[in-house]
Amino acid sequence: MRFLDMFRDQRAPSASKAKERLQIIVAREGRNSALSSDYLQRMQQELLAVVRKYVAIEQDHIKVNLDREGDYEVLEVNITLPDANTGKPVHKTPTRAR
Amino acid sequence: MARVIVVTSGKGGVGKTTTSASFAAGLAQRDFKTVVVDFDVGLRNLDLIMGCERRVVYDFVNVINGEANLNQALIKDKRLNNLYILPASQTRDKEALTHEGVEAVIGELKQRFDYIVCDSPAGIEHGAHIAMYFADDALITTNPEVSSVRDSDRILGLIASRSRRAIHDEEPVQELLVLTRYSPERVERGDMLALDDVLEILGIPLLGVIPESQSVLLASNEGVPVIMNERSDAGSAYGDMVARYLGEDRPHRFLTNERKNLFQRLFKR
Repeated sequence: MRFLDMFRDQRAPSASKAKERLQIIVAREGRNSALSSDYLQRMQQELLAVVRKYVAIEQDHIKVNLDREGDYEVLEVNITLPDANTGKPVHKTPTRAR
Repeated sequence: MARVIVVTSGKGGVGKTTTSASFAAGLAQRDFKTVVVDFDVGLRNLDLIMGCERRVVYDFVNVINGEANLNQALIKDKRLNNLYILPASQTRDKEALTHEGVEAVIGELKQRFDYIVCDSPAGIEHGAHIAMYFADDALITTNPEVSSVRDSDRILGLIASRSRRAIHDEEPVQELLVLTRYSPERVERGDMLALDDVLEILGIPLLGVIPESQSVLLASNEGVPVIMNERSDAGSAYGDMVARYLGEDRPHRFLTNERKNLFQRLFKR
């Protein structure tokens, strides 16, 4: 039997990897997600508009991300504020909400 | 009251037309007046799977444009008394299926049939949207494979937000999973997503599991819906599926890897 095993595929079962990847992508963009990618994009625009009222930031200084941890969806908003003196972005403010 | 059923999937090549043909034939076998409508304008194939490709004279778009009436376009199946096919157009552009036109044709079909089975094109564009818009039930045809499951999820989102029932705030479209090309052997080896995995991700009730089977290709070669080959595994799985849809309680089969003995190998396909 050992001899025959040499001809067998030794890789770990790939179906579990498929399931894991699907769960993440479906949570992010699927109908079960409270925040679909379309929603996220619009929210990003609105957040950008609000922050811009007070601080001058660029489009790419705000990052909105959605992840799944167990049964929870984790919304991560990351805004990079510019340095008051140089105007260059230095300070990162990660905000997590559920 | 007539019922409109869309067979849809998002992804192409997962078995929508095979499922539409067999589902419609199964309903007709049980004496329901059934019509199966091909919504895949430009790439019609239902006629081939049903074996009536040489009898197509007028099509769905001709009816919408008033160039033919429904009686002229409907093709009566030669095997089953209660079964009719409305073929898609092969040449017109996809926008030919206007909202008003499709609504009028479906309205007329509802007067004459018990079940209207709509074979959706792949994608989430106009053709797929109009195919699912008027549906009461949706058969979500899915393969146990990542891209198919993801696309099915997208289509479910579309049905939940943009179907007629959703827009008119009526009872939602009944969404049912049809898992096709299932291979218990590969699931056992850990190479294929298991039924439970797909159910967990899509979160809709299961209508049927159709095993990966040689008989599907053989049936399409001959232009016979595979459900009519009752000795085949896929055919009998479709038979169970239709029975379940009509409310019968049938246990799911072909979920485990039953090793065939020599006798079964010789006589079953």
